[in-house]
Amino acid sequence: MRTIAVISAGLSQPSSTRLLAEKLAAATQAGVDARVEFVELREVASDIMNNLLTGFASPKLEKVIETVTTADAVIAVTPIYATSYSGLFKSFIDILDPDSLAGMPVLIGATGGTERHSLALDYAMRPLFTYLHAVVAPTGVYAASSDWGSDESSLSKRVERASAEFAALVRESDRSSLVRDPFALPAGFSPAGALGAP
Amino acid sequence: MQFGIFTVSDITTDPTDNSTPTEGERIKAIVTIAKKAEEVGLDVFALGEHHNPPFVSSSPTTTLAYIAAQTEKLIMSTSIAHITTNDPVKLAEDYAMLQHLADGRVDLMLGRGNQGNVYPWFGKDVRDGIELAIENYALLHRLWTEDFVDWKGKFRTPLQGFQSTPRPLDGVAPFVWHGSIRSPEIAEQAAYYGDGFFANNIFWPKEHYMRLIGYYRQRFEHYGHGTAEQAIVGLGGQAFMRKNSQDAVAEFRPYFDNAPVYGHGPTMEDFTEQTPLAVGSPQEVIDKYAAMREYFGDYQRQLFLMDHAGLPLKTVLEQLDILGEEVVPVLRKEFATNRPESVPDAPTHASRVAARDAAELAVVK
Repeated sequence: MRTIAVISAGLSQPSSTRLLAEKLAAATQAGVDARVEFVELREVASDIMNNLLTGFASPKLEKVIETVTTADAVIAVTPIYATSYSGLFKSFIDILDPDSLAGMPVLIGATGGTERHSLALDYAMRPLFTYLHAVVAPTGVYAASSDWGSDESSLSKRVERASAEFAALVRESDRSSLVRDPFALPAGFSPAGALGAP
Repeated sequence: MQFGIFTVSDITTDPTDNSTPTEGERIKAIVTIAKKAEEVGLDVFALGEHHNPPFVSSSPTTTLAYIAAQTEKLIMSTSIAHITTNDPVKLAEDYAMLQHLADGRVDLMLGRGNQGNVYPWFGKDVRDGIELAIENYALLHRLWTEDFVDWKGKFRTPLQGFQSTPRPLDGVAPFVWHGSIRSPEIAEQAAYYGDGFFANNIFWPKEHYMRLIGYYRQRFEHYGHGTAEQAIVGLGGQAFMRKNSQDAVAEFRPYFDNAPVYGHGPTMEDFTEQTPLAVGSPQEVIDKYAAMREYFGDYQRQLFLMDHAGLPLKTVLEQLDILGEEVVPVLRKEFATNRPESVPDAPTHASRVAARDAAELAVVK
């Protein structure tokens, strides 16, 4: 059984971002035996800002960070604002240890008012997770407002395709069983220094 | 157990009346505060080192020597002196000089400094921070323990037959603490040398520092300097007190809300719950700090940050009166209760000279 953390950065209630996140999670579960844990960033929005200002996470936020960074895989869905991921979404990413998502399978998704911003997935979301050394599934899913009401919508097909690719990555992931040592010293580290030791 | 205060020497506008001290006023206030610390029975005064406004203390030894000349018992320390951007040769010389002038009332807390732009101003690269801290201290340690040093390192020009001067007082170097906020490498370094480890402790939840200090204690034992419980631990702290708890909360809130570092962020209530900041009656501060040994083990030094965020000098002096007269005497008793005999006090010049003499005598016998 794998664990998937599902990050939703939607701000409204109910939220189409959350709706897309749920569709992606359910479709992924059809392809791999996995438990999903939803993380609504709105619920820790002020904690995230406080963390940016003070450098530490509140106990509530600490749990959310733990959920995300110790999962086997992550589904990350954000609304697109002004051509990119929302500020709340990026602020959450900013407070994570930059190494904490290395090797993490990630399925990216986004929502927006118009299809015209669908490429934000590939010029904003994908490079962000590439920088974090995550393994981003080849297909991302963008849902415009019109996708939710159109018969000819290919949204379900896109969700299925992306989730099938992602499920294959989730099956191979053993990240949740990795032991993390916060006090691991870098290889070759000497407290006396490499040079000049008595 | 030593109690004292540490300052970062910030010049901050008082948010309650919009007044800002001049550099000269702030520098003289720091001296007044240090002298007050001795007057109210505190043991240690530690001064920071910074190289950019709004901080005013760039050269701690000058100020500390001036204070040492006007005090009798107070131990001078740093919070912190930069081991990364200072030349270790100058550190060895400056602090040995201070040690002589202060009749041994000096120890040294080293840190990396957390401001990335300071490094290039001194010709260094912040990405080398850990490596600089390790190499520079290796040299500083040798300069204080060996009379003539041959040295070749990565970061400074080599030395052949170099003797730093003056030699440490009585041939015994100032005790060194290593300050760190998050780096296990620095805890490892402190443990390797059997030096002290100081956890800033004021800006983050104690759980973080419990893990870091636990690691240092374990490594101190690993390197053979004693048991884990004998490792030399110092903690930062922060308090604001009035007779009535509500008065303390009301008076401190504007300073908290506008403070550098955490202002405009979490509420004071959240921050006091999540970090060692205590705002309330003297008894509430006693309760919070008496509990520290339960989390960190019996330790050697507790320093409080009392003079930041634009608090007026008059208020700071009142705070020191309360700290010295009502809080610390009770904490001294609390910390002495059930403290194991085997847990050492913080090293002083006298105790280090005695330890050196005892060791030499043992060799002769």
